[in-house]
Amino acid sequence: MAILQERDREAVRKEFEKLRGPVKLVVFSQELEAADLCRQNEQLVREVAELTNDLATVEVLNLAIDRDRAAAYRVDQVPAIVVEGARDYGIRFYGVPGGYEFSNLIDSIVLASTGEPALSDETKASLQTLGEPVDIKVFSTPT
Amino acid sequence: MRLAQHMAAASDKVSATAIEATEFPELSRTYRVMAVPKVVMNDRVQFEGALPEPEFLAAVLKAAGPAA
Repeated sequence: MAILQERDREAVRKEFEKLRGPVKLVVFSQELEAADLCRQNEQLVREVAELTNDLATVEVLNLAIDRDRAAAYRVDQVPAIVVEGARDYGIRFYGVPGGYEFSNLIDSIVLASTGEPALSDETKASLQTLGEPVDIKVFSTPT
Repeated sequence: MRLAQHMAAASDKVSATAIEATEFPELSRTYRVMAVPKVVMNDRVQFEGALPEPEFLAAVLKAAGPAA
């Protein structure tokens, strides 16, 4: 059974009209750790990728087996999604993105595809002055 | 997450991870998530609720700056 309803699909397709370059969605699963959530997450990512006119590819990795890849992506939880565009922008989703996070996933795919952040020029200039890396964690719930 | 991921795209120094709090109770406990959204930057700067872009940027700059 599909996770996305037809009306969701329609809204996502419309948003994906903005896609330009290829996007890679790397999914990390681990059946032993969170089987149901990992399956749900994989299915959701595949359903979303189907709406991208072949611009997005999906790769599913196992956190326990593909350890080098997980370390390279700095992923240590499942289910996880890495959203990559022309480069790895450092955008990750831990957990099945529902509700507001689903909108953010769709937005991150458009962002990775275009490589154009929707930020003011002042913000972009300030970010170029960063000396140290900044890791941002955003906790949310599906409702 | 929206501002966080756009800042991640704008700077290779910034990374953004969305965490579904109910699926990761241990992480949520570690970071004392009592209300959402909760934002934690470099385990140093944290706040609850959405901030407008200039304030969010100020938090990022603070997180990157020398320890208080």
